[in-house]
Amino acid sequence: MPAIVVEGLERAFGEVLAVQGIDLTVEEGEIYAFLGPNGAGKTTTVRMLTTLLLPTGGCASVAGHDVVKEARAVRSSIGVALQEAALDPLMTGRELIRLQATLQGIPTAEGRRRADDLLDRVDLSGAADRRVGTYSGGMQRRLDLAAALVHEPKVLFLDEPTTGLDPVSRKTIWGEVRALNDDGTTVFLTTQYLEEADQLADNVGIIDRGKIVAEGTPESLKAEIGHPHIQLQLAEGSVVEAEAILAPVGKLLPPKDGKKVLVEVENGAADIPRVVRALDEAGIAVESLELVRPTLDDVFVEKTGYHLEDESEENAEKAPVA
Amino acid sequence: MDAHLLGSALRTNLRIVRALGMRSIRQTFRRPQLIAPIIVFPTLLLAIQTGGAGSAVELPGFPPVQSFLQFMLAGAMMNALMLAGNSGGIALAVDIEMGFTDRLFSAPIPRFAIVLGRLAGTAALGLFASLWFLTIGLVFGATIESGVAGALMAIVLVTASAMAVGGIGAAIALRTGSASVVQGLFPLVLVVLFLSSAFFPQELMIEPAKTIAKYNPLSFIVEGIREPIISGINASDTLDAVLAILGIVVLGLLLSDRALRHRLKVG
Repeated sequence: MPAIVVEGLERAFGEVLAVQGIDLTVEEGEIYAFLGPNGAGKTTTVRMLTTLLLPTGGCASVAGHDVVKEARAVRSSIGVALQEAALDPLMTGRELIRLQATLQGIPTAEGRRRADDLLDRVDLSGAADRRVGTYSGGMQRRLDLAAALVHEPKVLFLDEPTTGLDPVSRKTIWGEVRALNDDGTTVFLTTQYLEEADQLADNVGIIDRGKIVAEGTPESLKAEIGHPHIQLQLAEGSVVEAEAILAPVGKLLPPKDGKKVLVEVENGAADIPRVVRALDEAGIAVESLELVRPTLDDVFVEKTGYHLEDESEENAEKAPVA
Repeated sequence: MDAHLLGSALRTNLRIVRALGMRSIRQTFRRPQLIAPIIVFPTLLLAIQTGGAGSAVELPGFPPVQSFLQFMLAGAMMNALMLAGNSGGIALAVDIEMGFTDRLFSAPIPRFAIVLGRLAGTAALGLFASLWFLTIGLVFGATIESGVAGALMAIVLVTASAMAVGGIGAAIALRTGSASVVQGLFPLVLVVLFLSSAFFPQELMIEPAKTIAKYNPLSFIVEGIREPIISGINASDTLDAVLAILGIVVLGLLLSDRALRHRLKVG
């Protein structure tokens, strides 16, 4: 039985249709990454699947229970760590996990034991009796994750679990997610980081403006794109001029950061001399050149017409660093 | 559902309410900005009023009291419990703003437990406030005419009223999800309080305040708290106070229920 089944799920906020009739299936024991930029509908979908928001159309079931008609049964089966770890800064880490255990109906003694085990698992035993407000961003995310696991849920929802974290904290969270999945937990995570989806997910759904525009394994999605591309950083000369020269060589992709020229090439490395020669003849100096195999960003560009990386990098710059 | 399962579900729910109540109490006492206004402001007002208007007790028509301080104790407790209700609402709104309520809403617990847990914290504040003002009264020479029983009656009524008023604060917090909106109600709390018999005997008020105070539920509550302090336990006043509290409780629960449903619809 699939862990999550979504059919024609919709959510409107007034005139705005935030989620526009999406369909997806997540099998038991799978890691499913929901990839998309801010405002694509990722969080709205998660909020509906976790019973925090009523859908305005379609239906969904989680762990075999309808999210509207059997909301309480859904809540017993899921663990939730939402975007911007929802923690009380005045509680200690230990108090929070014990409270979460009580909310899940776990007897007091058992709840205490699990709290100690989980704090140890996420390497927070030493800080367990400190107030959460004194934790770093990475520690808060680990605590949030531990709290979501206290009742050993069948399905775990992680809404942008690593947004704003430094690379080390990000990799720690990835390690935990993999370990949980190895133990059989189904994981549904949203992310705006391509690498996260690529590294963790068995299946990826790309969502843009409330619609799923592509779905599959990371490898199958990249294979759909087919050809690698050459990414050029110009030393001098305009991007527009370079693109005009390279148009006969291969399909031009939208320039990255507005500065790098991207041209798809059929023959991979064999096409590099042709590209360099064409630019050299036109008097355009190249500062750097890179052959890039298809990535999920290429899939994203193919399906939406713009780069996800540009947007997520912009957001990462704005996000507080833990 | 058989009796055993029902009992088990009830015990689990009580444990959840207790855990949320304990969190609420800890949160209140760990955040000085929540508890300070509840105690400091009414204490200052009590000091200013008793110091500046003490001779009001000599006005014709003023109820027979030992001192103005004795008369004012119920008003000060009423003031504190209203602010406690407001603070409880602010704390719940802060929980909504920082997403903590999502943690609660995504857990398999009855929605009413979330509100009841919060109200348990507000009740604790009411209890603390009643003990504080009774102690101040006794230290500065006021007597509790009906003795220990009267003091206990006042404590119970203040604690229950704090919960009742907290229900209204919780409903507003759930509906708006904004701490600043709930905080903005502070002046309104004072207006409603001044339009009751909390700080001045109803008989000495002028119209239209006199009529408003006559039907203001807070007047019934404050008289229920005041009577055991200034004269003795009076069944009629106590019953009126209990009915007024129940009325506010029902209103708070209805509004909270509607607000919870609304929150689930809008997210």
